[in-house]
Amino acid sequence: MTSSAEGIGARVTRREDKRFVTGKGRYTDDMTVPGMAHAAFVRSPHAHAKVTSLDASAARAMPGVEAVLTSEELVADGVGNLICGWMIHSKDGSPMKMGAWRALEGDTVRHVGQAVAVVVADTPARARDAADAVVVEYEPLDAVVDALDALKPGAPQLHPEAEGNLIYDWEIGDQATTDAAFASAAHVTRMEIRNNRLVPNAMEPRAALASYDEAEEHYTLWTTSQNPHVARLVLSAFYNIAPEHKLRVIAPDVGGGFGSKIFIYPEEMVCLWASKKTGLPVKWAADRTEAFLTDAHGRDHHSEAELALDADNRITGFRVKTVANLGAYMSLFSSSVPTYLYATLLSGQYAIPAIHANVKAVYTNTTPVDAYRGAGRPEATYLVERVMETAAREVGMDPAEFRRKNFVRSFPHQTPVIMCYDAGDYDASLDAALQAIDYAGFAARKAEAASRGKLRGIGFSCYIEACGIAPSQAVGSLGAGVGLWESAEVRVNPVGTIEVLTGSHSHGQGHETTFAQLVSDRFGVGLDTVSIVHGDTDKVQFGMGTYGSRSGAVGMSAIVKALDKVEAKAKKLAAHLMEAAEGDITLEGGTFKVAGTDKELPFFQVALAAYTAHNMPEGMEPGLKEGAFYDPTNFTFPAGTYICEVEIDPDTGKTEIVDFVAADDFGTIINPMIVEGQVHGGLTQGIGQALLENAAYDEDGQLLSGSYMDYCMPRADDVPSYRLMTTVTTCPGNPLGMKGCGEAGAIGSPPAVINAITDAIGSNDLVMPATPAAVWQAIRQGRTAEAAE
Amino acid sequence: MYETTYHRAESVADAATRLAGAEDGKLLAGGQTLLPTMKQRLAAPSDVIDLTHIADLKGIAETGGGVRIGAATTHAEVAGSEIVKRLLPGLAALAGHIGDPHVRHRGTIGGSLANNDPAADYPSAVLALGAVIHTYTRQLPAEEFFAGMFETALDEGEIITAVEFPAATASAYAKYPNPASRYAMAGVFVARLGDGGVRVAVTGAGQDGVFRHEGMEQALAGNFAAEALDGIAVDADEMLSDIHGSAEYRAHLVTVMAKRAVAACG
Repeated sequence: MTSSAEGIGARVTRREDKRFVTGKGRYTDDMTVPGMAHAAFVRSPHAHAKVTSLDASAARAMPGVEAVLTSEELVADGVGNLICGWMIHSKDGSPMKMGAWRALEGDTVRHVGQAVAVVVADTPARARDAADAVVVEYEPLDAVVDALDALKPGAPQLHPEAEGNLIYDWEIGDQATTDAAFASAAHVTRMEIRNNRLVPNAMEPRAALASYDEAEEHYTLWTTSQNPHVARLVLSAFYNIAPEHKLRVIAPDVGGGFGSKIFIYPEEMVCLWASKKTGLPVKWAADRTEAFLTDAHGRDHHSEAELALDADNRITGFRVKTVANLGAYMSLFSSSVPTYLYATLLSGQYAIPAIHANVKAVYTNTTPVDAYRGAGRPEATYLVERVMETAAREVGMDPAEFRRKNFVRSFPHQTPVIMCYDAGDYDASLDAALQAIDYAGFAARKAEAASRGKLRGIGFSCYIEACGIAPSQAVGSLGAGVGLWESAEVRVNPVGTIEVLTGSHSHGQGHETTFAQLVSDRFGVGLDTVSIVHGDTDKVQFGMGTYGSRSGAVGMSAIVKALDKVEAKAKKLAAHLMEAAEGDITLEGGTFKVAGTDKELPFFQVALAAYTAHNMPEGMEPGLKEGAFYDPTNFTFPAGTYICEVEIDPDTGKTEIVDFVAADDFGTIINPMIVEGQVHGGLTQGIGQALLENAAYDEDGQLLSGSYMDYCMPRADDVPSYRLMTTVTTCPGNPLGMKGCGEAGAIGSPPAVINAITDAIGSNDLVMPATPAAVWQAIRQGRTAEAAE
Repeated sequence: MYETTYHRAESVADAATRLAGAEDGKLLAGGQTLLPTMKQRLAAPSDVIDLTHIADLKGIAETGGGVRIGAATTHAEVAGSEIVKRLLPGLAALAGHIGDPHVRHRGTIGGSLANNDPAADYPSAVLALGAVIHTYTRQLPAEEFFAGMFETALDEGEIITAVEFPAATASAYAKYPNPASRYAMAGVFVARLGDGGVRVAVTGAGQDGVFRHEGMEQALAGNFAAEALDGIAVDADEMLSDIHGSAEYRAHLVTVMAKRAVAACG
């Protein structure tokens, strides 16, 4: 291995930013195809209703309208229902109960915004006008929006397939040993914990442009996808759009995903179908209202948690019951989020001998819920770290020391909930964070704040998460419909420039920079000679895309394997050209050298020799291009400690985050600047969940916070200047020792914020988001309760 | 957005003529409410008549006893005006915290008043200071102008030309913003007038839009200090309640903001 100034560990500025900050990015809605028409969807204003009639005659007669297509035609053309790609079995062994989800619904609508028809017209405005002219009559049905309400007897029923709205009743861990731990516990902490529902709000709304070539019977789809190959696979295999070789999916520049662009949605499918139906390329771009109503939402759990301690304050058992709201339909990976991505992390950073969790997934008349930045791990971390803080308060222990007492310290560590932690040093990150925050000085800061009339509090979160969901065989045995490896191809051109094709997809993560840094580090070539190719099923053979912080640990590992093969072949060729033994060849600073001599050949000359093929070793094929598939052996386990300090104005309930320290262990870091950016973004999203964001429905299923007037996204003045640091234990499971950093901030921060607020106000009765009104109410209730005692 | 015909009016008379000639015309005075509403297809005016290029509607001038602000003057211009900062610092500060910089450089005082959003900032200052609203045809005292949420005394097609504020001995505005929209959840403008009287006007919190709080005014007339407001209750029954805050919370915020405004009067 060689290295360079632009290699691993260098703070290289992002190469892709030139086009982004100068407005030269090319997003799906920037694409045009000659003759392109525009789609507008007719959507249900009701959360639950029978569609009694649909009259498109007036719309069809409007100027510029090419077609109005309905559910009837979709079904007649054999377009398949949308599916959930991860099978979960209930504890009684029965498979999950999946209700039918058609891309256009002609019978019963189940959430506000569900599409019932589509208009294709020559301009977006005319398509919209005609969509408004489609007359749909509905017979409204009673709706249910809260998951606990949906389970009650007599609740409105959504799907005939799912009796009582129950999708599955799943469990993990050993109930008998857990119950036994509680039977002999010295102390039990019990909490009800709510995890609020969030709207992803990627900066770029979803969009699709579908073009059908009748002569070739071939489709091209440009779309806002985090995983274009998975999109093609699902569109081919399940929705009968076209066989894979007749469908090209391109995910060009994509403006943020956060999970919401993993899934296959009705609109993209309908554009493909409509492009064949009308013979025109069809484009659709969501407006922000459509994004609020139809992008898969995140979180939405009701949980009961109980922690058992022995007399020495060691944890002996953890028992959790969770009801997860999956919305009106099962989105692509929705079933896995509150099960294998959630309950498998309920051990946190702690040695817990017995854990049992029961999860019920429930249909409601709300937008479907699926993976959103963190996907299950934020829910687990919030639960574990709220309970840990509360237990420490109840037994009168310092919350940092209570955690430390229960840390896992020997690795590998097998938890009672599947996960086997491979490496970590939880004391190191806790120590680093405690020192940075000056924990010893907190009491003085609290007293000083009190002198100004402010309530100051401190809160902890020692999170662990799991990235690079794998290996394929294991996830397959747990119900996943796909393998979770990654592919890479390294093409060295005859002039020595290098193209890296990856199955990962960049939609804000900076892969064009970090992946090139890996190549630069490895071959000692300049970044300007390396380009990263992704997001096109015609260029990259196959790939699983980007989510779950997998692109470093899995995607880059595949690149390493391909680079290994290129290097081996190039060395063999260099040895032949320099008439030296292969074992004596080194690659340093972009030059092949023969050890102990002054013989050398620049990288590009070896590349050229591979393509001229005038002088090759016996049996060697011309060219210098290698591919690799990498399937990890385990998840990776980023972990760390976040400490938040807040000051609260008791007159208004307003929380100000006055200090936030994040000590993360991400293993090997390629580009610290990009990692810091990921952590900043993640922390800000987590603080958004803790303080500001809430997808609030009224009892009729109308989304009350359906625009930025009511849905509060975090802004610069809502967050502090973060203080970041890293401690490093490298991951033993992959060649670079990487763990992943994309979601940690969003996973770890909410409990730190809520623990700090509840510390400040002296009341633990607080749900997210802790808006000023909610905090003021909690303070007032706390004082009333105090006065009553 | 539906198709519409844009007119750039050259004078108030020209605007009135164009408006009268339109099938369903709307005045554009900055567009910070109208344009988003049109983009969401919640409004579909046949014609939009832009007032912001009419010279007579722009500018800030010191009058005998106060300040006259043209209706098409932007919030940023009010916030930055040396005259306003000297005579009515509370008004300048209010204008400087409306929306964000984009809004402040487009939105105008006349547009804000004609819309009378119950959470807009300007109505509180206009009512607390006892300003006079000048229109193309008449003058309306603030008390008569505001008529509940999004309702004013303006006749169909009546165009605001200017707002005339009397100078105050002291003035200040304290706003608690809605975390999402940053409109006022409770905005209180306190003005101490030349005759020794004190006026307190509240925006954002009341069910009927901007209102004066006489109990606070009387207490402050006796003792112009934040403590004078201790124990003065705001009736929660008359406050708004929504996902951002209960009526009780808003009632409480009104008192808190009133105290902060008094304190800011110095």
